[in-house]
Amino acid sequence: MAPLSDTSSPAGGLRMNPVLGIRLAIIVVLLCLWEIVARSGLLYQDVVPPLPAIGRALVALLASGEFYSNLTITAYEVALSVVIGGLLGLVVGFVLGGSLFMEVAYERYLYYLGPTPKIIFFPIMIMWFGVGTGSKIAMGALSCFFPVALATATGMRQIAPILIRVGHSFRASPSQMIWKIYLPAMRAPVVNGMRLGFGIALIGVLLAETKLSKEGLGFLVIQNYQLFDMPAMYALLIVIFALAIVINAVISRIGGGTPKGVRNAKSSG
Amino acid sequence: MAVPRQANPVVLPVLTGLATIVAAIAIVEVLVRLAVINPYIVPRPSEVVLALGRIVAEEGVVHRFLVTAGEGLAAAVLVTGIGIPAGIVLYRYRLLREAVETWVAAMSAAPIVLVYPLFLVIFGRSIWTIVAIGTLAGLPPVILLTLEGLTAVRPVLVNVGRSYRLNGWQQFTKILFPAALPSIFSGLRIGLIFAMINIVGVEFLINFGGLGPLINELAERYDMPGTYAAICFVVLVSICFFLVVERLEKWLR
Repeated sequence: MAPLSDTSSPAGGLRMNPVLGIRLAIIVVLLCLWEIVARSGLLYQDVVPPLPAIGRALVALLASGEFYSNLTITAYEVALSVVIGGLLGLVVGFVLGGSLFMEVAYERYLYYLGPTPKIIFFPIMIMWFGVGTGSKIAMGALSCFFPVALATATGMRQIAPILIRVGHSFRASPSQMIWKIYLPAMRAPVVNGMRLGFGIALIGVLLAETKLSKEGLGFLVIQNYQLFDMPAMYALLIVIFALAIVINAVISRIGGGTPKGVRNAKSSG
Repeated sequence: MAVPRQANPVVLPVLTGLATIVAAIAIVEVLVRLAVINPYIVPRPSEVVLALGRIVAEEGVVHRFLVTAGEGLAAAVLVTGIGIPAGIVLYRYRLLREAVETWVAAMSAAPIVLVYPLFLVIFGRSIWTIVAIGTLAGLPPVILLTLEGLTAVRPVLVNVGRSYRLNGWQQFTKILFPAALPSIFSGLRIGLIFAMINIVGVEFLINFGGLGPLINELAERYDMPGTYAAICFVVLVSICFFLVVERLEKWLR
């Protein structure tokens, strides 16, 4: 993971605090180790390419039109799958969270289906939606649905009853209740669910692209693998990881919370 | 989740849930028979059930299951053996923790599975590629929750240790570690589930190993009921794994 680190290294100031110093030291040590392994010939040089080669590949990647056209396709697929899966998840979450009966009747199935490997549904998605972008979007939406639904349902149950009573005493209509009481009170868990949902929708789409497609970033990764162009593959993985981490941070900023992936993974099973 | 809050009112909704599923399957069966749903892309549920019996009998499911379980076990050992010590080290060295904790958290948000072509190059199409991805995916929760568990130990407990004049090692083995165990176990539960999801996923993607390739092979034969049955089978195995790990965690606590 050495090349990943340099994307998150902050610029060094004149007066370094110890944490920053340790971070820089770790990055430098990892990069040096990487370079030593690359030049020693212990592993195939192709597997651990020298850093300048990865750097050149990164520049070449960011300068190529091919990257941006494939990025657009993947971004389109992920965006649509988050919209579809997220909206379905919100609706189902509202239904499950709003009624004890529905919760007891149906939530266990979502809870148990949530942590299954979604990619294995890909053959079915291909049959239903074709080999093009349709099946990728379906994969992403299917992945996104579960964490959003479960987080919404849990979030709805955690609303302080007094807020709901305030709404009722103002004789709010059902739609007013949703827009003025429930959604604002649930912002944190819903945004959190969306963040998790985005993360695994991205994984679903990219994996589906590596399995069977002719466009998208996942396809580029697997194409680099087949051409055995390792520097290009590293460059691409660095860019994808950086994008994923940045978008994740942005979404959790919207939710007003600190990015704590693991805590929330619990609620989504 | 759906914890029975009172004894009686639970029966009706549970039955409703089951009835909905049965009814949905029956409706699909009818619609496929009437060819309202294209029978070439959705097989009849009854055929899928029959195919389920067939693949269990003919496709070496026990062996496949054992292969996947073995990979899961290897990843579990690695995740435990690397994750818990890593969490302890980060707890012990505060500066290191401040430097690295956000990186570990960021890793858990990154699409780690996507590096599988990298491991394909390093390990080839072998179980080690699968185990490596499973381990990478399972590590972040174990590290973070070990760290969190150790940090959240109540000061009272630590003070008890102090008043007995425990040395550093005793303080750790007798007070800190036992007190952190519940959190470590939930880290392990999440980590193992992440590992297992990724193991089955990568098996499917690289068409190697146990349960994952089963789906591939049946899909490539255009064995429609078989493909659906294989997917159902793998989903059922995942759910069983999930239930077992959940029970285990509760029992260990």
